Amino acid sequence: MTLIYLIVAFSIAALLLANRNNVLNNVLVILFIIVQISFTFFACFNYRSNALVYFSFDSLGLLLLLTLTIISIPALIHSYLYMKRHDETPASRAIYYAAMVSLITSITAAYLANHIAVIWIFTEMTTLSASMLIYHHRNRLALEGTWKYVFICAISITFVFIGILFLSLSLRGAGSNDLSFANLMAYKDRLNPFWLRLAFLFIFTGFTAKLGLVPMYTAGIDAKDIAPAPAGALLASVLMNMGFVAIFRFYAIIAHTGLYRWANLIVFIAALLSIFVATVYMTKVLNIKRMFAYSGIEHMGIVMLGVAAGGIGYYAAVLHVILHAFVKSSLFFQFNQLYRTFQSKSIEDAGNYFKYNPAGAMVILFGFISATAMPPSGMFVSEFLIFRSLFESSHIVILLVVLVLLTIVIWAFGKNTLKILFLPVAGIDEASLPKINQWESFSQYVLLFTAVWLGLNPPLAFVELLKDAVKILPN
Amino acid sequence: MTNVLLIIFIISLFYVSIANRLITYVRVLALQGFILFGVTFMQLNKIETWNLVLIMLETIVFKAIAVPVFLGHLIKRNKITRVAEPYLSNFMSLIIVTAIVVITVVLANSIQDSHLDKIFFIVSLSTLFTGLYFIASRKKIITHVMGYLMIENGVFVLSLAAGNEMPNLVNLGIMLDVFASVLILGIFFNKIGDVFKDADVDRLTDMKDY
Repeated sequence: MTLIYLIVAFSIAALLLANRNNVLNNVLVILFIIVQISFTFFACFNYRSNALVYFSFDSLGLLLLLTLTIISIPALIHSYLYMKRHDETPASRAIYYAAMVSLITSITAAYLANHIAVIWIFTEMTTLSASMLIYHHRNRLALEGTWKYVFICAISITFVFIGILFLSLSLRGAGSNDLSFANLMAYKDRLNPFWLRLAFLFIFTGFTAKLGLVPMYTAGIDAKDIAPAPAGALLASVLMNMGFVAIFRFYAIIAHTGLYRWANLIVFIAALLSIFVATVYMTKVLNIKRMFAYSGIEHMGIVMLGVAAGGIGYYAAVLHVILHAFVKSSLFFQFNQLYRTFQSKSIEDAGNYFKYNPAGAMVILFGFISATAMPPSGMFVSEFLIFRSLFESSHIVILLVVLVLLTIVIWAFGKNTLKILFLPVAGIDEASLPKINQWESFSQYVLLFTAVWLGLNPPLAFVELLKDAVKILPN
Repeated sequence: MTNVLLIIFIISLFYVSIANRLITYVRVLALQGFILFGVTFMQLNKIETWNLVLIMLETIVFKAIAVPVFLGHLIKRNKITRVAEPYLSNFMSLIIVTAIVVITVVLANSIQDSHLDKIFFIVSLSTLFTGLYFIASRKKIITHVMGYLMIENGVFVLSLAAGNEMPNLVNLGIMLDVFASVLILGIFFNKIGDVFKDADVDRLTDMKDY
């Protein structure tokens, strides 16, 4: 079934690329949604089993796959609305949808992969698909963004490959050459620590390009800014989760070796620097999409703090990436309607949004409350648990620094958001503003309320999956 | 013999660090491709024949011929000025590359591992850092690409060190090559040449936060 899914999904992508007919295009996209949903169900029913040797339906993969499938449906709907309004040529529409489908498929495969080289291969594929999405507008700015994204991702992927080579050297001393996570876990006591250390440094650095941490986060920011907003929503949520999966699975092995404390130190440094960088840029940024993107960097920093602190932090980290994906994608989906009203990405040109589109303004307001982790946001729960884990593992200084930085982030985010929502701007011709269908905000409400529901009153099965996902880590 | 080839590989790094013209960079990349072809042939003597043939075809076709020819074509077609335009003087470049090689040699000698051929480690790590240095210290986009290709050559050397036990890793390295060549050279560089006439990184500064 997994093989069938991969073949069908990639053939749909190929057909979309070749097809120029509008109706057939929509049929293929709907077909892909059906395939994606049925594969998700298949994965749920085959929980804890393996497929095709290199894929396994474990708790972490399943949780993130469900998140991906839920987000990909509104992403494709909003893509349809976007394409309809932008008078796309058949060729550029074909490339866009083909890239979306292959991006979603590659991320699915990367979530479920149980072998580090397989994750690496699908990470390459996501770079390829994402670069096509970023280049969508084919102008100077798009070219600049694509070039930077491709170049930094290519270097990151090379870093991961070097890391895999070092990992193989580390494993060779133990007399094995199977790089699957299960086998690495079995040989965890016999891995050569020197090579393992180098492997962790390179693999971690490489995957930060996808996860959005210092040092490689820059590529992602430009990408989310330049790509069309429905694609940007995927880049800012589920693609970041893919980086998290890769780092988390490898970290789980390191956590059982003597390098545990050292690895935590590296993660702490990267996470703290990320939050710091995000804070600095958040106070300066004037581009709405980049503001959302920097908020994502800050959240991934918080997630990795949870991972490094351990204890309840593991649970909270996985919860946080899931909730963040829902919240951030809904903000990106709403962005297009905002752009249609104000015809600008700049915060300075936007204002008094409540007057022009109340439903959309509520999404922005509620998204802001969620993204800054104020109650009743679900992210309040996960962020609170991460702070508790920092407290319990006696990282008080780090906790204090993070709290100060987060206060600045909330101030900057709040200042900009409230300006967009309430402050009137001069020079807007209210008569000529486009009428925006309030139903276009519906999917955003669904996503935001899912985040609240999963945070405040999670269903039992969800909690069990979360607990099972972090079981491989030491307590 | 493998050692001789790898030492020539290191010398090519020194040579390229003081090179002024872009075409010299291209020639060095081609030379490195041929060296890797030779090293592959001598090093991977325990893997299946068809796999060896595949790997050797990749090194000779991609690394030694296709990519350099394509780069040369790009330089001509886009009328890129023929000087590399480094930020630092050649003398400083040479000192830095020498320092990189010396540091990797010292680092490699501190490792106690009988499973690793040290010269592979030294060559690949110094190529990696030299490539990063080239990316940081050269102005043109095309020299960034060349720096990246050099990094890939270095990584390929490292994958050869583990190649007899795990031929799949070498195949992954080939995938990386093909992927990067397609992505960086094939799709974009043509376009970048059209849009950015001078193709300097200084021109890539339109995206701003404020």
